[in-house]
Amino acid sequence: MEQIPILKLGKFLLVTIQVDMHDQLALRLQDELTNRIVKENAKGVLIDISALEIVDSFIGRTLANIAAMARILDAETVVVGMQPAVAITMVELGLSLPGVRTALNVERGMEILSSLVQVDSDAPPPA
Amino acid sequence: MEKQKSIVSLLKAKQDTILQEWEKEQFSAGKFRADLISPDELKQQMRDFWDSLLKALGQEERVDLSDEGWKPVRSLLTELSKSRAKLGFTPSETALFVFSLKKPIFQLIQDTFQNDPARLQKELWDLNTLLDSLGLFTTETYIRSKEEIIRRQQEEMLELSTPVVKIWEQIVAVPLIGTLDSARTQTVMENLLQEIVAASATVAIIDITGVPTVDTLVAQHLIKTVSAARLMGAECIISGIRPQIAQTMIHLGVSFQDITTKATLAEAIKYGLSQVGYRISKME
Amino acid sequence: MLLLRRDSFPLQSSDDIVKARQIVRTWAAELGFKLVDQTKIVTASSELARNAYDHGKGGIMIIEAIEDGDRKGLRLTFQDQGPGIPDIEQALKDGYSTSGGLGLGLGGAKRLVNEFHIESTVGKGTTVRIVKWV
Repeated sequence: MEQIPILKLGKFLLVTIQVDMHDQLALRLQDELTNRIVKENAKGVLIDISALEIVDSFIGRTLANIAAMARILDAETVVVGMQPAVAITMVELGLSLPGVRTALNVERGMEILSSLVQVDSDAPPPA
Repeated sequence: MEKQKSIVSLLKAKQDTILQEWEKEQFSAGKFRADLISPDELKQQMRDFWDSLLKALGQEERVDLSDEGWKPVRSLLTELSKSRAKLGFTPSETALFVFSLKKPIFQLIQDTFQNDPARLQKELWDLNTLLDSLGLFTTETYIRSKEEIIRRQQEEMLELSTPVVKIWEQIVAVPLIGTLDSARTQTVMENLLQEIVAASATVAIIDITGVPTVDTLVAQHLIKTVSAARLMGAECIISGIRPQIAQTMIHLGVSFQDITTKATLAEAIKYGLSQVGYRISKME
Repeated sequence: MLLLRRDSFPLQSSDDIVKARQIVRTWAAELGFKLVDQTKIVTASSELARNAYDHGKGGIMIIEAIEDGDRKGLRLTFQDQGPGIPDIEQALKDGYSTSGGLGLGLGGAKRLVNEFHIESTVGKGTTVRIVKWV
């Protein structure tokens, strides 16, 4: 069965989407990712979509859902590497990915995740 | 076929006279553009055209410019019209190159067939039709190459007028100058987003100090650019909004809420630097 | 209007939606669409192919390369024999959805192309035709 690999990088999970996803594959990714967040106790998820040639309403909704589900599981999601043509098309389509953080590339995404998680662990432990 | 040949041989036999008369027409007062073309060049063009015309007339039975035999004449006239469009000849001056051939040729036909009115009329009509279609062809080619020039200049202007500059590490800016139409705003948007990727910029400044008016459509484009940049992971700042523009935008009901705006480019740069961890301070 | 090339493809599985996207991408690139416009027409076709597959219970996509004067374009027709849309105007509004989606499919696709035409008969099916010029 087709699968999108999920890599573990310390406290974070990295997903690089390199195929033109059909709808079931997107849903499967959503399932597996939420499972892995719990299993690995991950604090952040990076989704690299630099190889994606389009983001339509279905893929957009899947990304937003993943971010929302991850948040419930106490993990932050950053979508990185969206191509300019894809971004322009999404805006025209009316998609804005509310509640999803974005970054230019994996490196910047990592920085964002690190700073977010840093803030968390700096907080005083509950009394 | 037989008849066609006879006209060709007639034209050939009298070609010196015709060329002389034609030259007189071309060089007559008010017609010759000495400022744009040299006499030698013009004479060469006339000679080339005449030769290819006779050749085509001898080869083709029908006078149909789209036929293969007329190809050399067409390409010659295309070249001529194109170069004249570039040099600054008017459309009439360009068409006159062909039309001025009418007088000497008609004179010749008239002299030759004056005793055969039916033949005279037929030959005149045929040659008139031919020269008209050649003249129209030059005009059409002339206009088409003018359009081509305009289109290319428009494209060049679009490219020229939207430079994206790198301000600092992670900060790019595009200063917009002049009236924004939809096509231009779209080019700006695409260039800016490309540059964000190329420079790995996290802050992009759109400065509209040099833009006299912003209508609803342009404002929409600006808002879309900001949204697209956000999806890519960069923050967009709009700076240089003049008081009148702020007023019109409120009247138009366009809101820039959720978008960082600054009054001046300097303010935008200062804000951008602070976003990427720098601070401007005065030396001791 | 001149028809340069024509082909049709089934929309019977979610794999077919992916294939439809790839075909539209190839044709659009061959016609000389800029990257942004390629992306727009591919995204629009993805929305409409999914509509035909999800709500129309499968259908076909007809793809045509056309020429009108000196401009070339791509015309896509999505046909299904599904339940049809009772209120088209309503369906074109953002946020309208029968499938729990974002409801951007039809209205969104319309914004991505130059021409948009929809015909639907309840109980018979829906046909959406879009054109984008190079």
